[in-house]
Amino acid sequence: MTEASFNVSDFEPVSGAREVQRISRPSLSYWQDAWIRLKANRRALISLYIVIGLLSFTLLGPLLWTVDPAAQDLDQVSQPPGADRGATIVGPFQPWEGATANAQVSGQEGAPAEIRLAEPATTQAVRLLWDPVLDAAGYRVYRNVFPAEEGRALGLPLAEILSPDRVSFEDRLDLEARTYYYSVVALDPIGEEFPDFTSLPVKVIRVITAEQAVERGLAKPGALKPGDQVQLKLHPFGTDYLGRDLLARLMFGAQVSLFIGIVAPMLFVLAGILFGSTAGFLGGRTDQAMMRFADFVVALPFLLFMILFKIAFGIGPGESGILPMLLALVLLSWPATARLVRGQILQIRQEGYISASQLLGAKTYYLVLRHMIPNTMGVILVTLTFAVPSAIFTEAFLSFIGMGVAPPIPSWGSMCNEGIKTMLSHPHELIFPAVFISITVLAFNLLGDGLRDALDARMRSTE
Amino acid sequence: MSEVITDSGDSFTRSAGRQLLLLGLLGVAGFALLMLVLGWLSGLTGSSSGSADAVDAATGTITLSLSGEPPQLDSTRMTDQVSGHVMGHIMEGLLRYDAQNRLVPGVAERWEITPEDAIFHLRDNARWSDGSAVTAADFVFSWRRTVTPSTASEYAFIMFPIKNAEAISNGKLHPDQLGVRAVDPRTLEVTFERPVSYFDKLMAFSTYLPIREAFFNSRNGRYGADAEDLLYNGPFTMTRWVHGAHIRFEKNELYWDKDRIRLNVIDMPYITSDSNAVLNLFKDGKIAVAGLDAETLDNALEQRWHLNRFNDGSVFFLEFNHRPERLTHNLNLRKALQLVTDPGELVFKVMKLPGNLPGESLFPVWLRGVDGPFRQEYPAPQHRVDFDAARRHLELAKQELGLAEMPALVMLTGDNPISNKQSEYFQNVFKKTLGIDVKIDKQIFKQRLAKMTSGQFDMVMAGWGPDFDDPLTFGDLFSSWNANNRGRYNNPELDRQVRIAQASLDPKTRMDAFAEIQRIIYEDAVILTHYERGVVYVRDPRLQGVVRRAVGTDPDYTNASIVDS
Amino acid sequence: MLAYTLKRLVQGVITVWFIATATFIAMHNVPGDPLSNDKAVSPEIRKNLEEKYGLDKPVMEQYLIYMGNMLEGDFGISFTQQNRRVNDIIREHFPVSAILGILAIVFAALGGILWGALTALYRNKLPDVIIMFLVILGISVPSFVFAALGQLTLVNVNALLGFTLLPVAGWGSVGHMIVPSLVLGLGTMAFLTRLMRSSMLEVVTSDYVRTARSKGLPPTRIFLKHQLRNAVLPVITVLGPSIAAITTGGFVVELVFAIPGLGRYFVQAVQQLDYTVIMGTTVFYGAFLVFMVILVDLIYGWVDPRVRLE
Repeated sequence: MTEASFNVSDFEPVSGAREVQRISRPSLSYWQDAWIRLKANRRALISLYIVIGLLSFTLLGPLLWTVDPAAQDLDQVSQPPGADRGATIVGPFQPWEGATANAQVSGQEGAPAEIRLAEPATTQAVRLLWDPVLDAAGYRVYRNVFPAEEGRALGLPLAEILSPDRVSFEDRLDLEARTYYYSVVALDPIGEEFPDFTSLPVKVIRVITAEQAVERGLAKPGALKPGDQVQLKLHPFGTDYLGRDLLARLMFGAQVSLFIGIVAPMLFVLAGILFGSTAGFLGGRTDQAMMRFADFVVALPFLLFMILFKIAFGIGPGESGILPMLLALVLLSWPATARLVRGQILQIRQEGYISASQLLGAKTYYLVLRHMIPNTMGVILVTLTFAVPSAIFTEAFLSFIGMGVAPPIPSWGSMCNEGIKTMLSHPHELIFPAVFISITVLAFNLLGDGLRDALDARMRSTE
Repeated sequence: MSEVITDSGDSFTRSAGRQLLLLGLLGVAGFALLMLVLGWLSGLTGSSSGSADAVDAATGTITLSLSGEPPQLDSTRMTDQVSGHVMGHIMEGLLRYDAQNRLVPGVAERWEITPEDAIFHLRDNARWSDGSAVTAADFVFSWRRTVTPSTASEYAFIMFPIKNAEAISNGKLHPDQLGVRAVDPRTLEVTFERPVSYFDKLMAFSTYLPIREAFFNSRNGRYGADAEDLLYNGPFTMTRWVHGAHIRFEKNELYWDKDRIRLNVIDMPYITSDSNAVLNLFKDGKIAVAGLDAETLDNALEQRWHLNRFNDGSVFFLEFNHRPERLTHNLNLRKALQLVTDPGELVFKVMKLPGNLPGESLFPVWLRGVDGPFRQEYPAPQHRVDFDAARRHLELAKQELGLAEMPALVMLTGDNPISNKQSEYFQNVFKKTLGIDVKIDKQIFKQRLAKMTSGQFDMVMAGWGPDFDDPLTFGDLFSSWNANNRGRYNNPELDRQVRIAQASLDPKTRMDAFAEIQRIIYEDAVILTHYERGVVYVRDPRLQGVVRRAVGTDPDYTNASIVDS
Repeated sequence: MLAYTLKRLVQGVITVWFIATATFIAMHNVPGDPLSNDKAVSPEIRKNLEEKYGLDKPVMEQYLIYMGNMLEGDFGISFTQQNRRVNDIIREHFPVSAILGILAIVFAALGGILWGALTALYRNKLPDVIIMFLVILGISVPSFVFAALGQLTLVNVNALLGFTLLPVAGWGSVGHMIVPSLVLGLGTMAFLTRLMRSSMLEVVTSDYVRTARSKGLPPTRIFLKHQLRNAVLPVITVLGPSIAAITTGGFVVELVFAIPGLGRYFVQAVQQLDYTVIMGTTVFYGAFLVFMVILVDLIYGWVDPRVRLE
């Protein structure tokens, strides 16, 4: 019998470093792989850049374009981009007594013989005088942007002067630097118009008082005298109905819209993850009960409850109404993610590789960190990306029916709502916010597509 | 993914494309069929099309849009303007307003009013749409019902000039004790609680319309809920009422003055307050009258339409909260805010609608005074914007209140676009000129009312429309006992003037009292008047004789006619 | 199958109860006073109004009364239209919204399936590029912009033609339905097109299609039986939620086109704090949606043999 001889070294574990086969390419982590795939998707990449661009527009923009979005410039109301900004300096506004005349002494029949300007026409005021008309009980003054025509389309009825002696009118209504056509018609005692009218074309020049120029930071005190020319404030995207800078408002509106669009999904996805993973891990009766509850919440008609919650939470004075909207969105939207996460967890728990690593002695925290989270993260990230556009749309929709953020806080939705009314006369007020909404929604949608392609293991295998 | 489709050639694609086309055509056909079926079904449910032209001279029909659905047409509980407009066409009270806005006989052919009572003699040819006569008892029934507490009429107060009305409405007396009596079917006798100088003008108001008791009882609480739940005695009858969709009036052949009525049908198949929709309908030739707002004006100008303007009689203002615990209880603070408020800038640069007039007084320009217009006889106090004086007042206010800095003030406002614009504008003005921060509190209608009533505001965007044609409809608004004085302004001197105006029958004494009220309201800065609301509208040139008025049925088509152009 | 249907129905009823309770709680936490109005009223009158609507009772009792009435199918009387029952309001206005919704969903489904199949068929060619561009537009532009533009286009088309091709607003005839339902269905159609496209692409590469082709089946049969039919299935699953989106999304279209639907009515009721109408409408809509989803699931189980209903 020979003795078997064993060394101590024979009982040491075999080194695992033995090269069985050469790995053909460097090992990639899940995320590295996903990033490479995302980069390969040109549309998703562009969307990603757009999203980054939007975020910097929102966050960095106000640092570069330091115009106060609440500052009202009533000399430049609803101006489209690139409108003329020249203005002449004039003295402060002085009230005007007007003029009277006795129609029965100096009047002529039919229509006023002539309309005159009492002083040069400016955007401050246009002061008209006319010759009295015999037997007139009063006058009606019209203003048009077209020459007066026979069809009696004399334009805006500015005023009715129900006194035969008054033969003057001061127009201060929303004057712009352009040519207006004023018409005066005499009225009979029951308020019916005489058949004839007299017209006067008036070229109005834009003016601003030295005081206002100083106040708006266009000049130093005392530097301007009447007759000087100044350039009004530049508004690259034009102004809104109160003369507020549209670019600045778009930036601040973006803060609201993107805040709701991004934070709300993050919150409800987080809530969904907590709820769903709890249900998934606990299982059994608890899981059943929790998921039934989620089903109930899903069944609530979304927009109706958005509106209901929004008014139930109420908005206090000076509050923007962003928080109630956020809260309502979170309260109504979490179940979708919860269902998804629970499903994923249940599914992953039964996967072969989980059992395998469990058999190999993996600890729970390892399982969760190495397998559960990465495998659900992909789905969650995709959900999150797709939730952004719908949250932005919800905000816009609520603002459109007048239940959005409170003034003076702008949001893209409320800006659209304002803009849609003046769609025909000042299209820029609708186009800019609408385009921003569209670009954002589009970018997040395409990014979501790209992410899904990059993260979805099933999609990978088919390629 | 592999290119499965292209590698097998285009023949598959072509064939599949053809099938898709076929399927598409099938789909379109199916969709069209479905639409036809649903169209037929929707016809069954009662809606009907409105594709007729705006004005049809051959049939005497005009088509209009209505700005809202009347909540109900029970005159005892009516509160809103749309209902008033509808009722003015289908009902007639004792008196009515004519085309020149003069008070003329309605169901009553003559009447006598003394300081103690009034007697109305009803005409014998006034008929309900079921053919029965309109009798004095119909008025007695309706008026008693209005003041009965269980009716819960918001307009019960308008009956208070009648003896015992207030006591009945507070549950202290039985409705039978209302000071109104049918002496005989054609004589109505009213006893007053106190002398009223404007009682005749009240008779044209819709709460004073008659209701036939037997008919009312036969409807089992549904009186005024639908077209068949009403009896009509006005120039038109309502032949169709599809809720939220369609109202149609047809000429009432039993109306005693039917020769005056020249339109046969007033059809209102559109119920919408959306100004763009209204404008588009008018452009398309579907409605005969369209209201315009500042946003749609430019477009209307381009269409070269003839525009009309009209002041609807209401006044809009910023109402302060005068409760002692509020900062706005301080006169100097209110004065400071008053001195930087420029109604002209608001109306001309912000609101931009030519119909609006800069607000100078609580009493609008259309009110009648002793002989002529009230505001010509008693001009409103001169208002000048003065920043320096405003800052001085603000300093005083800070001293009086013991504050180093003025805290932010709460501005309560409604959720309609116009008050949004206004509040944003004033927020900026107060901040810019006085450094006062304003917190805008935008609330839906009922929440704003609740906050107004409980006093949770410093200032509120408010407005007031007239109920009857007398300055008192505005004059008693800030009396200490008026529940609509939601800022709780309390000034014994103003109260005294209101009592004079209520009790006196002498026009001069009354107008002097109103002038005093006008002065107090300005000097005490009770409210800051903003504007008198104006309306700009377009009308089909073939439609003539439409009457607009501040008090009474507005717009009034009962005198309208179609002219062929 | 029957047991499954019954189970779903019972669940549906419980869900509706949950919706009703949630609405009731939300409603009673809304600040503001539904009984207030422009004119202030005397305490006596107010007391009467509170009695009429049962607002003077404790909240729990109000809840029980409300639930009891709902069981009988009675939603109470409107606060603003004081002699109309909420049931009447729903009966009159819901059919309008429903017709609009049905048309929109049919339009969206038909359009989505056709365009989706087309884009998949001509992948990366001109039709695909054009349609996908339009789809992107449809997904990213808010519905109210479409609605306003749709109406504007109608006005201009009518003005150009000199006669009314289609009415610009209102309700009642087939003509009134076309543009609003198209506008309403547009977003969903874009969504479904995308879905159909990807599902079609998936089907095209599947083994059974390959088998069918190698068997030499005629293209017609492959396209219809194997590709289209299978690709449509995922589209049907999302129809349920889409119905929800479309029926409530009708608000905007109803507002813009002056259509007397329930959505527009709901928005008005909210502004007026009309408790009974808000509660009635919400519960009704909720119930409607719940049972629509059940219906779609049942149909799906019937269409797709792979799905076995437990």
